[in-house]
Amino acid sequence: MPTIGVKRDLLFEALGKTYTDDEFQELCFAFGLELDEVTTEKQMLTKEQGDVAAAANASEEIIYRIDIPANRYDLLCLEGLVTGLLVFQGKLKPPKFQFVEPAKRQVLKIDPSTAQIRPYAVAAVLRNVTFTPASYNSFIDLQDKLHQNICRKRTLVAIGTHDLDTIQGPFSYEALAPDQIRFKPLNQTKEMTGSELMDFYSTHAQLKQYLPIIRESPVYPVIYDANRVVLSLPPIINGDHSKISLKTKNVFIECTATDRTKAKVVLDTIVCLFSEHCAQKFTVEPCDVVQPDGNAISYPELAVREERISVKRANSYIGIDEPAEKLADMLTRMYLAAKVDGDSLVVKIPPTRHDVIHACDIYEDVAIAYGYNNIKKSLPAFMQIAKQFPLNKLTEQLREQVAQAGFTEALTFTLCSRDDIGRKLNKNIEALPAVHIGNPKTLEFQVVRTTLLPGLLKTLVANRKMPLPLKLFEISDVVVADDSTEVGARNERRLCAVNCNKTAGFEVVHGLLDRVMQLLSVPWKTASGTKGYYLQATEDPSYFPGRCANVMYDGVVIGKIGVLHPTVLQAFELTTPCSAVEFTIEPFV
Amino acid sequence: MHPDLTERILQHLETADKVDTLDLAALFTEDHQKIVGALKSIQAHGELVTAETVTHKSLGLTDEGRAVVEHGSHEALVYALVPPEGIAQAALMTAGGANAKVGFSKAMSHGWILVDKSVTPPLVRRKVDTITDVVRNQLQQVALGKGDQLPAKEVADFKKRKLLQETTTKSFVLARGPEFATTLTKLETDLTVEMLANGLWDQLKFKAYNFDALGAPPTRGHLHPLLKVRTEFRQIFLEMGFSEMPTNNYVESSFWNFDALYQPQQHPARDAHDTFFVNHPARSHKFPQDYLERVKKVHSVGGYGSKGYGYDWKIEEAQKNLLRTHTTAVSARMLYKLANQEGGFKAAKYFSIDKVFRNETLDATHLAEFHQVEGVIADVGLTLGDLIGTLYEFFRKLGITQLEFKPAYNPYTEPSMEIFCYHPGLAKWIEVGNSGVFRPEMLLPMGLPENVNVIAWGLSLERPTMIKYGINNIRDLVGPKVDLKMVEEGPICRLDHA
Repeated sequence: MPTIGVKRDLLFEALGKTYTDDEFQELCFAFGLELDEVTTEKQMLTKEQGDVAAAANASEEIIYRIDIPANRYDLLCLEGLVTGLLVFQGKLKPPKFQFVEPAKRQVLKIDPSTAQIRPYAVAAVLRNVTFTPASYNSFIDLQDKLHQNICRKRTLVAIGTHDLDTIQGPFSYEALAPDQIRFKPLNQTKEMTGSELMDFYSTHAQLKQYLPIIRESPVYPVIYDANRVVLSLPPIINGDHSKISLKTKNVFIECTATDRTKAKVVLDTIVCLFSEHCAQKFTVEPCDVVQPDGNAISYPELAVREERISVKRANSYIGIDEPAEKLADMLTRMYLAAKVDGDSLVVKIPPTRHDVIHACDIYEDVAIAYGYNNIKKSLPAFMQIAKQFPLNKLTEQLREQVAQAGFTEALTFTLCSRDDIGRKLNKNIEALPAVHIGNPKTLEFQVVRTTLLPGLLKTLVANRKMPLPLKLFEISDVVVADDSTEVGARNERRLCAVNCNKTAGFEVVHGLLDRVMQLLSVPWKTASGTKGYYLQATEDPSYFPGRCANVMYDGVVIGKIGVLHPTVLQAFELTTPCSAVEFTIEPFV
Repeated sequence: MHPDLTERILQHLETADKVDTLDLAALFTEDHQKIVGALKSIQAHGELVTAETVTHKSLGLTDEGRAVVEHGSHEALVYALVPPEGIAQAALMTAGGANAKVGFSKAMSHGWILVDKSVTPPLVRRKVDTITDVVRNQLQQVALGKGDQLPAKEVADFKKRKLLQETTTKSFVLARGPEFATTLTKLETDLTVEMLANGLWDQLKFKAYNFDALGAPPTRGHLHPLLKVRTEFRQIFLEMGFSEMPTNNYVESSFWNFDALYQPQQHPARDAHDTFFVNHPARSHKFPQDYLERVKKVHSVGGYGSKGYGYDWKIEEAQKNLLRTHTTAVSARMLYKLANQEGGFKAAKYFSIDKVFRNETLDATHLAEFHQVEGVIADVGLTLGDLIGTLYEFFRKLGITQLEFKPAYNPYTEPSMEIFCYHPGLAKWIEVGNSGVFRPEMLLPMGLPENVNVIAWGLSLERPTMIKYGINNIRDLVGPKVDLKMVEEGPICRLDHA
């Protein structure tokens, strides 16, 4: 969930009202936001860098850190947040965005070479803007927030903003070999080629993470103006030449992307939120973006979509019964200007609400405006005879019984290291049908367990101070790779018990096995032909020679029982003998 | 325990009104400690005697003092070492041993010896012919118990010389008690089968039972605290008429875990950063083809009343296997079955409680695997009000009656609500779960009728357990480092009790 930091006093000034922290928290709660933290720049720096001295000159102005829902790009800066809240409180009508056609439109031409690396681009102009230090910082912050969220760390979309008065259209978006590109990057003093730029920023804390997006490509994206001045090298860095300052009056915004839809959303969001600083508020100057095929498309789209919803359906979806006019009012407060039309509502979805893609998004906004906590509660009326999942029901019954038999239940991790199920059990990991994790952060997450034994042994080791005998059990799932299943693997519900004592005590776990079979009404198989269970002596490297058997049921091996091999005990750092039994309970469901 | 001694003491008290145990020790020529031991035995049998503690201060000899009594005082010994012809002082010191110096100075001050400096080396000579070892005599008196007859000045001096010490002896003055008897009856500890058989239980005396001690712990096994909570939650769902979903499949395809839930393929949660992707088996290939096509369409271009996400949906992404990040993947499978079952859609209520896996940063309250609790209701015309009402009933069974709902965002529900409850112990509002109405883009491609709504909610099992039992580190609750003592001593799980 993205978090923005806004200066509290600026926020209250823009909202036209001062709140206590609790009052503001309540407002956020009702709107769907969360006031995460009340802090100061000084406190934030100290927390981040751990150095009180470094933060000594930092401001002590109160900052509100607010959690924003991940799909509300229009709330990611002070301007958007304030507009959203004022509209919600009915203090402001949702702004209408308008185009102001210039004498001659700015043109951005997309060269076919960009198709290799970053095919899409969109552009817009904001005219006669007046920046204050606060709004300037807000502008930079918004771009950063959009980059981190919808732009997926600049991989999907990269934003560049420029002082239009320092550059000359028509602009050209191309992709060239790194060494063919040469310019002075933002805030640098000397010119660099594309390759030098890669090296230069490879140690830069913020920018180095974006280098891999284009580094290996034979061509890098680059935007030039008519005089071959570089505006930007997306997604890395803008040129110093066209940088925005407090004095900038006219802003040229370009977004390059690998996802056209997202580029449009990003552009719409920026111009809508910052057009309030234009001399003519909420106006935007359109640009022509010429596609590789020669076709010119006008941006930004600033499309206002119309969606027709049924009043009856909206009411019944939520469980309220409001007249159409009331619903229209509520929606307008959620920035979705609505008009009554018979038994429907015609809802205008502005370019700031790209999150609304279906009528259900509109229903949610009705509910938010109504207030979730005002909705009358009701209960679904139908009757159902509930059923337990048979495997879980059996598990619950067996858990009770094994505990009654004197064993203590453990709850161990499903993920473990390869050694835990391989080398430490004297088994070869390659020969096991184990599921392997592709991106483990540590070796604790390398594989999914194929046996419950390692978890129980680790629990024994961690509880060395407990008096002996220690008798543990667990009834839970292991996972085995299996080609015949839909996903290539399946869970298997196992019962595993260990007896840890001065003597290994095979008869203890054997006795438990007998008891469980008795509880399942499974007889001991005496003669051939009768169904039942029995032990079949076998050799297994995890177990002590001569003290290991297969647990057989209905002629099939369902598990193993035996005294653990001293090398296994050693591998798990156990100094006390253990006997163990593990078998699948699935045949008994 | 010295039965003879206890009987002798009791018999003595039959005639004597009072006696000090020290006197008894002298009378019976037994060690005082033995007398005290016998007294304790008597007291264990009841109130046969009364015992008043008395403190005696007496003078006793130190080890050094005893040595003096045996061998003579240091000064006497030194005197004895001086032969008639005299002895060199150095030689005398050596011969006198450790106490020679003290003895020499004392002998000099008593006037028993002198140092003749007229010769070289100077010689020590006897000054008197005989001596009386007063010190030895006085100490002998102490040994005989007549120390109190010594003058105080001498006593002080001997204490200083560490020949005497004051000892405190504790003794008891005994008298007949309310239950006095001259014999100790044997005290029985338990009623036995023989006593019943021979009827002697009536005549025997039983030892007092110590009601302040603990009883014998019964042999038993134990259930894990988190799983006891899981049992309770299962109970709650079953009481509310919910059927259990089969969730025994940890490995899931991205299709069912994300795509079927209308979570777009570029969504951050599908990052390797947050999800455990499986590289063996790496991919799933068996999907209901018609359904898959509908999912592809609604993601990329929309449909079913939706604009869609407007991106290129790729089957390669959907095929990637992972460890499920939520049990909602199973809910999706169940809803698809429900929509396509023979006889068509019927209203249903499902629940599940099982493990899910997240590849996130670990800390005191987060592990890579935890249990998700999920409830789902599918029916015609369900409303958000129905969800709120169901949640009130569900949380009431956990003893929570005050709830508040906050708008939230999930990719697959709209409206979405975060559930907050007031925790009286912590005196603040805390988030206890997430809920919502599944999006039509998820339900309609499955084939569910248009008028069917599906409401759902979920929470983690670990969080309420840790809050209820005051556990701060999740590793104290789940995994091998759990303290088995906590498991053994854990109470029954009573969720609706504070």
